[in-house]
Amino acid sequence: MRKGVRNWGPPLLLISPTIIILGIFVYGLIAVNIQVSMTNRHSLVPATEFVGIDNYIQLLTEDRFLHSLMNLAVFTVVFIAGTMVFGFIWAWMLDKGVGAEGIFRSVYLFPMAISFVASGVVWRWLLNSAEGDRASGLNRIFESLGLGFLQNSWWNEPIWGMAAIAMPAIWQLSGYIMALFLAGFRGIPEELREAARMDGASEWKLYRHVIFPQLSPVALSALIIVSHMSLKVFDLIMAITKSIYQTEVPATYMWVTLTSNDYAKSAAIATVLLILASVLIVPYLIHTARAEKSNR
Amino acid sequence: MTTTIEPGLEPRQNAGLDGGLSKRPSRQPRVGQTRRGRIGRTGKYALLILFVIVVMMPVYVLFVTSLKPPADVNPATSWGWPTRWPWEPVAEGGPTGFDNWTTAWTALSPALGRTFLLAIPAALISSFLGSMNGFVLSRWRFPHADLVFTFILFGMFIPYQAIMTPLVQMKTSFGLPSDISTLLIVHIIYGLPICTLIFRNYYVSIPAELMEASRVDGAGMLRTFASIVLPLSLPGFVVTIIWQFTSAWNDYLFALFLSDTAGGPVSLALNNLAQGAQLANYGAAMAGALIASLPTLLVYIILGKYFIGGLMSGSVKS
Repeated sequence: MRKGVRNWGPPLLLISPTIIILGIFVYGLIAVNIQVSMTNRHSLVPATEFVGIDNYIQLLTEDRFLHSLMNLAVFTVVFIAGTMVFGFIWAWMLDKGVGAEGIFRSVYLFPMAISFVASGVVWRWLLNSAEGDRASGLNRIFESLGLGFLQNSWWNEPIWGMAAIAMPAIWQLSGYIMALFLAGFRGIPEELREAARMDGASEWKLYRHVIFPQLSPVALSALIIVSHMSLKVFDLIMAITKSIYQTEVPATYMWVTLTSNDYAKSAAIATVLLILASVLIVPYLIHTARAEKSNR
Repeated sequence: MTTTIEPGLEPRQNAGLDGGLSKRPSRQPRVGQTRRGRIGRTGKYALLILFVIVVMMPVYVLFVTSLKPPADVNPATSWGWPTRWPWEPVAEGGPTGFDNWTTAWTALSPALGRTFLLAIPAALISSFLGSMNGFVLSRWRFPHADLVFTFILFGMFIPYQAIMTPLVQMKTSFGLPSDISTLLIVHIIYGLPICTLIFRNYYVSIPAELMEASRVDGAGMLRTFASIVLPLSLPGFVVTIIWQFTSAWNDYLFALFLSDTAGGPVSLALNNLAQGAQLANYGAAMAGALIASLPTLLVYIILGKYFIGGLMSGSVKS
């Protein structure tokens, strides 16, 4: 037994500062957040009374919050579809072998290095809602290409305005999904393709029965990553429209409630976000932890 | 460890950190000999270049607009190249295109300095702690090691909103300042999970014999770490430092909740400059966006390979 302690004592000691810090700042603060969300602390006055899940019931029956969830849903669907489509197409084209692959890869991926705040500056201009003679940004391009009917007021449109907000997000993250898919393509053993070709499989059958099944774990991770990012979208919206009702999502609504000192409500919104994220992440963490164990 | 679900994370012999993107030796038959193949090739390149144009378009807009003096900003020519040299005023003594850049520089330079003081220490400190954790988790078996790893990783996936209300209250009750010193602590803490993950996966790829040998020699864990592991860790450090530097530099969420424009990082200063700008004076905001993005862009251009390595492990969990 003493031997055991001598073996695992030092490593545990080395890692314990991290465990303690994260214990406090991740798990501890989440617990405090949930606790605050169950009080009536709606102002700076610290008088707190336990109100159970009242704040959650109020939130889920409130039109404004449901509207922010709806916005988030539209944003998420468009964002996922866009990044997956572009990411896959780029990876697929690059995997077929092109000259100067590194350059294409770097260009497609570079928006990832830029902050949402910086790209928000230019996208606010590109998504300018003026039309006709006063049009600038994308509307001006449509106008001069004779595609005037495509002009629209972008994020000023009700509901589908969120699809416009998703455009910059797609621009920034498609390269990332490309990198994931490309690594997926490159992870498929060449022998598998060769074998399928030897068996006389057509190109389509090769994809249908060999490549797609091999890529599906990558596609799943990409899907989880993108939806997870989507849940947290905040910077981009703040940079393009500020926190206005039209483009409100739970994360920006939470900022509005916190800055008006409604601590209980902002904590409740945050908990809803955490639950949504956990639904995505926890099964994934468990799955990968299990897979790793069985591989050992 | 599953092999396909974590691209670029499986232990590799060469410990490459390009995230598994390297080309496999091509044994595909060369196309392009036949006429159909040639047309297909041309089409493919045309499409690839079209995508390059689409992706680069916002950069073109940023650049062109930043060089136009406000008097030259006009919806009809908004996509055009500037009509005069950036040092040429519209009227005698009037504003030039360069003025956008000086306006932006004046507005951002104090915050730029602060952001370096924030992002560099944040990157170094969480990387060092991450390397210790990664070393322990990759090589030393202790009870419930897997559980501890998952416990640490979870912190990487929470929406930070979930801790923000108590964190803001904590900051107020401890009387912490609304500047980068508070943000530094926060970035170090919430950078720990990702740095731990990257280092753990990196160390798994180092041959076990190397470390076993030093254990047989009777070296303790700390000595093994200091004399064997740390010297081998440079590639891991490059990845985590780039990752942490970029996320601290680009962060807006923590900056907004925990600091103010007077003491905060460049993301706040830039947003301030941009939100204050009228449509007529987008130029200064666009120059500012370029200035604020330059450090991370340079890192990406110079160390792109490592950037991708961090990206891949940053995305995926193991």
